Amino acid sequence: MGAPAKQHLIDPEICIRCYTCEMTCPIEAITHNDDNVVVDFDKCNFCMDCIPVCPTGSIDEWRVVSEPYSLEQQFEWMELPEQEAFAATASEASTSIEALDEQVAQLLAEAHAGAGGKARAPASASKPSINLYTMGKPAEAAVQGNYRLTGDPDHDVRHIILDMGNLPFPVLEGQSIGIIPPGTDAEGKPHLPRLYSVSSPRDGERPNYNNLSLTVKREEKGVCSNFVCDLEKGAKVQITGPFGSTFLMPNDSGAKMLMICTGTGSAPFRAFTMRRQRSDPDSRNAMTLVFGARTPESLPYFGPLKKVPESMLRKHFAFSRVDGAGKRYVQDELRDMEEDVAAMLNDPGTHIYICGLRAMEEGVEAAMTNIAESIGEQWHALRDTMRDEGRYHVETY
Amino acid sequence: MLDLVNVEYDTLIPNNVGLSSDKRVQKALEKWHPGYINWWNDLIPQEFQKSLVYLRTAVSVDPKGWAKFDYVKMPEYRWGILLAPQVEDRRIPCGEHVGDKAWQEVPGEYRAMMQRLIVIQGDTEPGSVEQQRFLGKTAPSLYDMRNLFQVNVEEGRHLWAMVYLLQKYFGRNGREEADDLLRRSSGSEEAPRMLGAFNEETPDWLSFFMFTYFTDRDGKMQLEALAQSGFDPLSRTCRFMLTEEAHHMFVGETGVGRVVQRTCEAMKEAGIEDPYDIDRVRALGVIDLPTIQKKLNMHYTLSLDLFGQEVSTNAANAFNSGIKGRYMEHRLDDDHKLSDATYPVTQFVDNQIKLIETPALTAINMRLRDDYKRDAQGGVGRWNKIIAKTGIQFELVLPHEGFNRDIGVFKGKPINPDGVLLGQTEYDGQKHNWIPSKEDGAFIQSLMVPVTEPGKYAGWINPPKVGIDNKPGDFEYVQLHMA
Repeated sequence: MGAPAKQHLIDPEICIRCYTCEMTCPIEAITHNDDNVVVDFDKCNFCMDCIPVCPTGSIDEWRVVSEPYSLEQQFEWMELPEQEAFAATASEASTSIEALDEQVAQLLAEAHAGAGGKARAPASASKPSINLYTMGKPAEAAVQGNYRLTGDPDHDVRHIILDMGNLPFPVLEGQSIGIIPPGTDAEGKPHLPRLYSVSSPRDGERPNYNNLSLTVKREEKGVCSNFVCDLEKGAKVQITGPFGSTFLMPNDSGAKMLMICTGTGSAPFRAFTMRRQRSDPDSRNAMTLVFGARTPESLPYFGPLKKVPESMLRKHFAFSRVDGAGKRYVQDELRDMEEDVAAMLNDPGTHIYICGLRAMEEGVEAAMTNIAESIGEQWHALRDTMRDEGRYHVETY
Repeated sequence: MLDLVNVEYDTLIPNNVGLSSDKRVQKALEKWHPGYINWWNDLIPQEFQKSLVYLRTAVSVDPKGWAKFDYVKMPEYRWGILLAPQVEDRRIPCGEHVGDKAWQEVPGEYRAMMQRLIVIQGDTEPGSVEQQRFLGKTAPSLYDMRNLFQVNVEEGRHLWAMVYLLQKYFGRNGREEADDLLRRSSGSEEAPRMLGAFNEETPDWLSFFMFTYFTDRDGKMQLEALAQSGFDPLSRTCRFMLTEEAHHMFVGETGVGRVVQRTCEAMKEAGIEDPYDIDRVRALGVIDLPTIQKKLNMHYTLSLDLFGQEVSTNAANAFNSGIKGRYMEHRLDDDHKLSDATYPVTQFVDNQIKLIETPALTAINMRLRDDYKRDAQGGVGRWNKIIAKTGIQFELVLPHEGFNRDIGVFKGKPINPDGVLLGQTEYDGQKHNWIPSKEDGAFIQSLMVPVTEPGKYAGWINPPKVGIDNKPGDFEYVQLHMA
């Protein structure tokens, strides 16, 4: 068995053999017999030119394989094989299909590591597109807006709106995109893309306008964050992605969601909430947000969030630097709402999401351990079950 | 600099051929444009003209961003002229000029032949829209209605593509031919469409699906062959058209598949095992499998006629002069001239059907038809898998190529779908078992009731597995104009 590799496949049950992909492929990596259209593992370089031209969507299939499927094997298929299982010790970056770029896959694997095992998408999640644009072939977006979200001078967080123009850029809530800062690094090489979670829902910041938004905090000496936070309206930005295939929301209006975040970790949760508001405006008591920040002034989207009705989104804020008040963190909020959280843990329809600085993991884990104990559950076992069912998601940095 | 990938949309006629710097052609097309809009407005029922349809519009010829989806009123659809990007140093792929630089202008000696090929191709595009003009009123869902209109506007765009070539490269003759494309009309007594299959009406939705599967597939094969042309603008035009044509294949294959699946599932639910228990199956409000087979027989054989005579000197000349190649010419491993090659062609000898080795150059049509047969078989196999999965004992088959033919060696011969030559009387007596009868047509017609609630489907067809542009099941693909 070789090292795990990512293989591009075509779903033979959905494909109608129009061969448009075959004609579009610039390197003749796609071929067919009388039954199936197939991709040659040895030739395909993931350029993605074939993806948008497919009239059925059957072209957008990926598997991690220990031994690539040969053309002959693929010719015989009546349906796609299941994803093969890899040992729990196998590297997450090489056995997941969050991204095809190695570096991005590595970044996402590290971000998801806090979930304690292999990340899985919610069973009802929509199918994400990944890696349509790469370093070699980035997409160009135009900046539509750049708004400061925070009143704290030490905490410059920006809401950036990017217009994708005529380029197809299908992105789901919870996915990330890469931004390539201009210029070169100390060794004279072009900068690698930095990942940012999209904070708008799938149909755009404004519905059907093919735009998306990001939530970016200016970091001292951050090459990319300073570039992004200083972007002016009309400026052009090179983008890669979308990336991420597991940190997604369930496509099920009955599903409960507990979202725990700090700072710009709120980006995907803004997208989740907006998606629910647009797709299921009558949703009640299904989403809970626990949001930690230093002060209300440094909490991104504090104003707009307060306008979301409690029935749509229950909101718990924890502030650690408010004068005259004690330091409160997200884990303190979780403990205060122990009964609610326990009820959610008992509900097999609950999905938990944690997003923000890595430092938040420890406190959240401790709080969850206590709450699980209160209902006679062992947190790690419960967490592993939820994760395997696609109901527990961590993305921290 | 001219942007030949992205499309000029600020002009009357969107294009990536630099129309604004070619005043003569631009003027000619602008003169043709009102006639086209009139043709469209007279054709499609008014209530649909005013509805908002979730359509795909080609916006670039770069595969990455070639189209976008949005609500559009059909008369406001941006029909444009789009050619696939020019391949640098492209060579003529076949015939006596193989290896020479591809032509950017029409060589004088091939002018007439090339013009005829373009006119024939162009004539089919509006023809099919005319045949399908009333289907919107009986669409089994908004999803299907949207697919019908998508096919229609793209056939309209393909007409534009051919008209552009005529106007740009064929002078006064080309202009007259372009006007005639709007003058002829499907099924008309005085000025019918040029090819038989495009004068048959498309009376119901099963016919529409069969048409898009079988007849549009002929179109696809012809476009594939023309995409190999040594005349580069024709090649580039056809290559881009194929990207759109794929959607039409999709509508046909999944459409028939959804009908077949609904029938089989309804039979299972009602405990009917025998597919030939036609009255009971029809009583369920679904189309029985033997009738689906008859529809298939008819549309497949009509489509075979579109390939012309098996042995043809016209086809040989088109190939030899490099105007039209073979299917996937660039992947074929031979001299691309067919100097000494032979090809097996079905012939009718001593009242028997025989395969006879014939000079491959004259058998170009036969070869393309064989490629078509293989291509068409693929979907039939998929439909049979759907049937098999439900456990019903029935198989759809492509009939023998001698059955029900009106062109070529089998013309008018009493050959049954198994390829057996019968006496004329016996054949006539059984024909209703193989080709839909009036009663079959009336039954299907009785099922054609419109369903216009988002996410709902008529009882004789299953919903699709995936939505267009990944839209959810209850997406409102057409916002109907309520008068």
